[in-house]
Amino acid sequence: MCYRVGGRTIFDGLDITARRGRITAFMGPSGTGKTTLLRLITGQTQAERGSVQVFGNEVSTLSTRELFAMRRRMGMLFQNGALLTDLDVYENVAFPLRAHADLPEPLVRQLVLTKLHAVGLRGASRLMPAELSGGMARRVALARAIVMDPDILIYDEPFVGLDPISMGVICRLIKDMNEALGITSIVVSHDVQELASIAHDSFLLSGGRVVASGTPEELNRSELPEVRQFMGGLADGPVAFHYPASNYREELLGGEGEAR
Amino acid sequence: MNAGSDSLPVVAVRRVGAMTLFLLQVLARIGPAFTRPGLIVRQIYNAGARSLVIIMLSGMFVGMVLGLLGFDVFQRFGSEDYVGVLAALGNLKVLGPVLTALLFAGRAGTALTSEIGLMKSTEQLTAMQMMAVDPVRYVVVPRFLGGFISMPLLAATFTAVALYGAQLIGVQQMGVDAGAYWSQTQNAVDLRDVWEGVVKSLVFGIAVSLVAVYEGYHSEPTPEGVGLATTRTVVISSVLVLLLNYLLTAAFLTTH
Repeated sequence: MCYRVGGRTIFDGLDITARRGRITAFMGPSGTGKTTLLRLITGQTQAERGSVQVFGNEVSTLSTRELFAMRRRMGMLFQNGALLTDLDVYENVAFPLRAHADLPEPLVRQLVLTKLHAVGLRGASRLMPAELSGGMARRVALARAIVMDPDILIYDEPFVGLDPISMGVICRLIKDMNEALGITSIVVSHDVQELASIAHDSFLLSGGRVVASGTPEELNRSELPEVRQFMGGLADGPVAFHYPASNYREELLGGEGEAR
Repeated sequence: MNAGSDSLPVVAVRRVGAMTLFLLQVLARIGPAFTRPGLIVRQIYNAGARSLVIIMLSGMFVGMVLGLLGFDVFQRFGSEDYVGVLAALGNLKVLGPVLTALLFAGRAGTALTSEIGLMKSTEQLTAMQMMAVDPVRYVVVPRFLGGFISMPLLAATFTAVALYGAQLIGVQQMGVDAGAYWSQTQNAVDLRDVWEGVVKSLVFGIAVSLVAVYEGYHSEPTPEGVGLATTRTVVISSVLVLLLNYLLTAAFLTTH
């Protein structure tokens, strides 16, 4: 699959398969298009060439109705949770149920409380999103993402900005959701250690292509410089420390006018 | 295409076209939106009830100024009784709907734009799309309807308070005879004048609400983008209201 935007190539000949019932991790440095990949999978944008298939259907050929039907079988956890700020925790989790299923209120309540209990926030059901910490907001968003019992759960940078305890909680929840519910999980992140502890398959993206794939252990053993730099968190390497610039010495000695 | 290099008329035509298409999108979803009346009622409260204080205060001051000005002018001709006529016709036909729309754009329009813009920048609209929920139907239409329904009610409130303000100055303070004041007003004001104000406030309600939700929905999802969109709401709404006021006034005069 190839994807370009504004004349810039984001993906060039990308070939990835996320297998059913497994946790697949997409890793890579910032700006490699990990979130764009999720947008392609969920039909928010379309590939320039090639194919993106979900549930055996070509995403780019789906009508709006079919796309929405596909999304009902998916759940997505956004970077910041993306909770609806005018609804409390309970109503946020109930939102997809009220939108898509004409269920009696007692059943809605049962489903919402079950999902909130699964993420440990049943007691926070009447709090507003502004009253939640970052980790709590993400757990509520996870409860909302699973309330329709999706077949695929997508996590966009689930660990960003979280303290170690919250990170551990989210890690455990991703693993639990996968094992207990058999949900196919796709996780996009650059937190190597966390992903290594939960992912079955990993893909390392860089420069618009997959530079390495396999289990986290296999990636750790790789000798490829891109993989070693990313997995080892090295400041310099194939991904340069310095943004491309003119000669440092010439620019320093060339006067203020040129520097600007 | 770089919009920044286009001339102002091209940008204006493009924006009018985009807004018209957006209005059609909104209109196509109005029926289903009424299946959740709670959402609309909440927006009427946000856009209408919360604007009441500023509308009533402004109406009172505008009415009082008209009372003073009218008395000053008419007393030169010995026709102080006509102060009520000036206040009634001026408020019903022009000042009520126009000033309410301008205040509404500044108070409720900016709130609508920034709220939708912030929802966009915090990915709430994308999250809805990912939950297979149409954000135009759930977010935009109730807010548009809330604004559209509130506008005529606010304009009526503004006009009523302004008439009271003019009476307060003309009759209570300046001593114009109350009977003459009200009878002259009653004789001069036709149902058609009331109708003109109602039509204007309905049209302004559509215009301001549409601009506000359009700018919010199409804002850049950044703090700067939301700020710019909010500014555009005030600027475009204000110019549009004044332009539409001219066109509607001319139309009513020619059909008189």
